Parts: sequence; structure tokens; C-alpha cells
Amino acid sequence: MALSTLSSAGKAGNSVDSQTLSGTMDWRGMLFRVLLLSSLVLTLLIIVVLLVDVVSDGSGVLTGRLSDFLHGTLRSRSSDEKLGLFQGLRGSVWIAIFVIGLAFPIGIGAAIYLEEYASANRLTHFIELNIRNLAGVPSVVYGLLGLTLFLNLFKRFTQGDTLVSAGITLAILVLPVVIITSSEAIRAVPNALREGGYGVGATQWEVIRFHVLPYAAPGILTGTLLSLSRAIGEAAPLILIGAITGRLGSSPGLADVGALREKFTALPIVITSWVQKSNGAQDDGVEGMGFAAHAAAAIVVLLVFVLLLNSVAIYLRNRFEKQRG
Amino acid sequence: MPTIPPPKLGDLRTSPKRARRERLVRTVLFGAALVSVLISAAIVISLVTQAWEFIVTVDWSAVWSTGWFPRNNIFDIKTLLISSLIVTAIAMAVAAPLGVGAAIYLSEYASRRARAILKPALEVLAGIPSVVLGFFALMWVSPNVVQNLFSSANRGNLMAAGIGVGVLTIPLVASISEDAMKSVPNTLREAATGLGARKVTISIRVVLPAAVSGLAAAFIVAISRALGETMVVFLAGGAGDTALYTHNPTDGGLTMTAAMASLASGTDNVVGAGLAFPSLYFVGLVLFMLTFGLNIIAARFVRRFREAY
Repeated sequence: MALSTLSSAGKAGNSVDSQTLSGTMDWRGMLFRVLLLSSLVLTLLIIVVLLVDVVSDGSGVLTGRLSDFLHGTLRSRSSDEKLGLFQGLRGSVWIAIFVIGLAFPIGIGAAIYLEEYASANRLTHFIELNIRNLAGVPSVVYGLLGLTLFLNLFKRFTQGDTLVSAGITLAILVLPVVIITSSEAIRAVPNALREGGYGVGATQWEVIRFHVLPYAAPGILTGTLLSLSRAIGEAAPLILIGAITGRLGSSPGLADVGALREKFTALPIVITSWVQKSNGAQDDGVEGMGFAAHAAAAIVVLLVFVLLLNSVAIYLRNRFEKQRG
Repeated sequence: MPTIPPPKLGDLRTSPKRARRERLVRTVLFGAALVSVLISAAIVISLVTQAWEFIVTVDWSAVWSTGWFPRNNIFDIKTLLISSLIVTAIAMAVAAPLGVGAAIYLSEYASRRARAILKPALEVLAGIPSVVLGFFALMWVSPNVVQNLFSSANRGNLMAAGIGVGVLTIPLVASISEDAMKSVPNTLREAATGLGARKVTISIRVVLPAAVSGLAAAFIVAISRALGETMVVFLAGGAGDTALYTHNPTDGGLTMTAAMASLASGTDNVVGAGLAFPSLYFVGLVLFMLTFGLNIIAARFVRRFREAY
């Protein structure tokens, strides 16, 4: 609505311009418009350069030894023909499972409580403020939290730097985002829907379960997909909790993920360690097949997952926004 | 005609089973909402207790000296702070003009069709993980931009890292500023049009001043995000796990976040290395307090533009 009145106002302005200022060019306006457009174009250009750079750097590995690369493991030399990211993939899949299993139910549950049950009192206000502040806490700090909780306090339960610790830490990291986006989706459900439910005798939970949640589902799904993609791409907290024994930083070749109770790695960590090894003495691979090229190839694999999740989320949101006006 | 007895109050009451389920659901959901409070408490307690151990035992001359060598008990916090500020300043120099420019275009100029393409494109940028930008900053920005301009620049340097962080925060600046400008009421634009103002004049003299608190919020949130960004600086910042004090952006340097990451990923066992382990929490606490303060200020500004319109 707002958009259409704006553009019609813009059109009226233009026609007045053309009648009263005929012959004079609006140079200042043109320049401003060009400046604005070029800031957008430059931003998009950076994305394009980034993607082209990564794909061209990684193309040698992706076309030359894709199957070995996907099945291989972490090695200390880039010339090792068993070098690959299988362990990273497995770690990231497990992290995704933890996020789905922990952050999604708790986050959506908290959002339902805050939007549907909580009365507007001090406690509710405090919880909401607290969640907004949590969302702004840098991700390394969550790594410190994981370090304290799972590697020191509850070590008996998580066995130290294992996938369990990593999964729970990242689930905690994305929890505020899940709560905030789900709350927004639930808030957007029209009240008439709830009143209709109560009118036919449904209890509060039945109204939520059968009327509110189905209506809010696309919005909730969008938020959860975005937070899942954030968790998969996140590396900083994992460095803090994974590296306390110095295992990932120095000799990731030992980081064999057999089960949840063992040492772990994840896709972004694999990328990090290869980038750090590029330009080093162990980087003795063939030209275009060194650690840098492998890092680029791993980035392509990571981006495929992350961008797929993001575009599905954005597509879903735009589609339902259009449908419901 | 048989008379229907009026319903007793008991008949209208829900069955006990249903009532019990209602109470149970409510309790479980309340528990879920409380988890976030527990997390905050755990973060603050773990940071403060471990940082306290550092604060009471450390020799304070080591906290204001020549560099960051945590394993040799030299913890110069200003080395880290200055590097963090340099990276943040460069990031803002990149993100502020590009983000605000993109936001003005999207809010004031773009047609509906252009918006439908450009907004998702910006969101794609927002979704790119920071490791990827770290790689890009080290492998592309550093050789092609920074070393081109300053031939003496290190392979990894604070400027390349700052540019990488800046690219990462463009979508953040753009989306908050665009929100602020879209919440400026159309009547202001229409009034200005009625007075004969051109589109540029309306954008610069009417919409921007009206949205200024939103723009401030966008910048503060972006600064907080840039201070807390880890992976770009860790990969492209160019320092190992130690750093000498520097304020030259073409040198390698350690920011607060990169210092934490490299301390934790070092080969030594951090637990056994004297004050190195608690120093991690000390830096974490400083970072936490800085970003927390900035976020609270930003929330104030956001509230102001929400209240105004």
C-alpha cells in the first residue's frame, strides 16, 4: 500500500518536473542516483568476485579429485592423496542434528510462551530484553561458555571436546535467533483466528496447536532454516571448545569422528585449518592443488549447503508474504 | 414439552484431563522461556569468575606493556584493543557508505521489481559464513587491494581483515537503515513534493534527518558486530598467537577475538599454561562488556525511531 502511494507521488513529481523545468537537467539528482546505484552495484560486485574467486581457486580440486576429496580425511600434507573433508561433513551434519533437536523445540516453545501465555509483567519484559541482548553476544563468547560448561563443569557428561559439546554450544548460540524469528511469526497471526477457536470451545493449547501454529508455520520455518545455516557456517565457538587440548589446531589428522563421544571437527574448522596451512612448509601439493585450493573447494561445498538453506528460507518468506498481503 | 434442566456449572467446566494437559503445556513452555535466562546467567558467571582469577593474580604491569604474549605472561590489552579499533574503523569505512547508499536506493528509488531482486541478493551476502570472508580477505583482498596500494603490507594484515569485516556488515547496516527510512511517514515526502522539492532533496533533507536515530542504531549495531567478528580477523589478520603493539593497519595484528581464537587453538595445552587460560576469559569479559554496552545504546536509538512514528 505504502509503496504504491509513494510511487504515484513520485510519478506526479516527475511530470511536474518535466513541465516546469523543461530543458534544465537535474544534475544533482542524477549524480545522487548514480552514487546510490553504484553503492549497490559495488556490493553485489563484491559477492560476484568472492564467488568467482572461490570457485576458480577450488575448481582444480572439485573437478580433479571430487570423490577422493569428499571421502578423504584431514592430513598434514597437501600432497597426501587421502586429503579430504569427510570428517568435517560428518561433524557439520551432527551439529545440524543437535541444533534441530535442541534449539528448535526450546526456541519455538519459548516463543509460544512469550507470545501466547505470558502476561505483560516485569518477568516477561526481563526475559524478552534478555533474549534480545543474547542475540547480540559475539559468537566467541559462546565458545567461552561452552568451554566452561562442557569441558570443565559437565565434563563427565560430555566427555570434553566432543561433538556433544560442539552441538549443544551451537544450539545455545542460535537459540535467541530462533526465539526472535518464531515470536515474530506468531505475533503476525491475526487475533480473529484465536477468537474463532475459543468460540467453538477449544482450550488455549488447542487454539495454539491447531490454529496459531499452522498459520505461523512458514514464518517459523524461515527463521529456523536461517538459524540452521548460521550454525553450520559458524567456526569461532568451535575453535574455542575444540582446541583446548590443542588437537584441532595442530594435528587435525587425529580428529577422527567415529562417534559423538570422540574428538570432532566441522566443515568451517576444516576450512580454517587449511587456510592456516596454506603458504606453509607442509603445503607441498601440485600447483593449484595445495591447501589453499582445498580450502576453496571446501568453501564451495559449505556455500552449497548454506546458500541452499538461505534461498529456501527467503523464497518461503517472500511467497507467504505475497499470499497474505 | 419436556423441560430441559438448566446446565449446572460443573457441566461447563472442562474435563480434568484436559485441564491437566493445559497446565502441563504451560509449565513446559515457561521452562523453555527460562532457558534463555539460564544461558545469560551462565555466560556472565563463567566470564566473571574466570576473569576474576586473572584480575587478582596478574601483575598489572604486564597488562599495559609492549605486546600480547599470553604464554610468557605478557598480556598487553591495549595491543588487542587498538587492533580491534583499527579493524572496526576500516570495516565501518566500508560498510557505512555502501550500506546506507544501498538502503536509500532500496527505500526511496528502487521500483518494486528492482527491490524483489536486490533485497534477496543482499540477504545472500548476509548469509555467507565468516570463514568464507576470511578466506576471501586473505587470498583476494590482501594481494589484490592492500598489497597493491602498500607494497610493504604483510600477507595477512589488519586492513584486509577490516575490509572483510566491512563486507560482512554491509547487509546489517543496509537492512536496519532501510527499516528506519521506510518507517518515515509518507506524509513528510508528500509535503516536500508539494513544496516543489526534488527527489534528491527529499532523500537528503527530509528522509535522512527523519531517520537519523535509526541510522545511528545501524552504525552502533554494526560496530558491535565488527568488534565481535572472529573468523575474518583470525584468518586474515596476519598474526600468529602473539603480537607486538602496532597501530599500522598494513601490519599483521591480533584483535581481541583473534587473540582468543589463536590462544585456544595453539598447540600447547592452555589449561597448564599459567594465566593463559584465565586471560582468555578476561579478554572475553572486556569484549562482552563493550558489545553489550553498544547493543543497549543501539536499542535506545531503535526505540526512539519506533516511538517517533
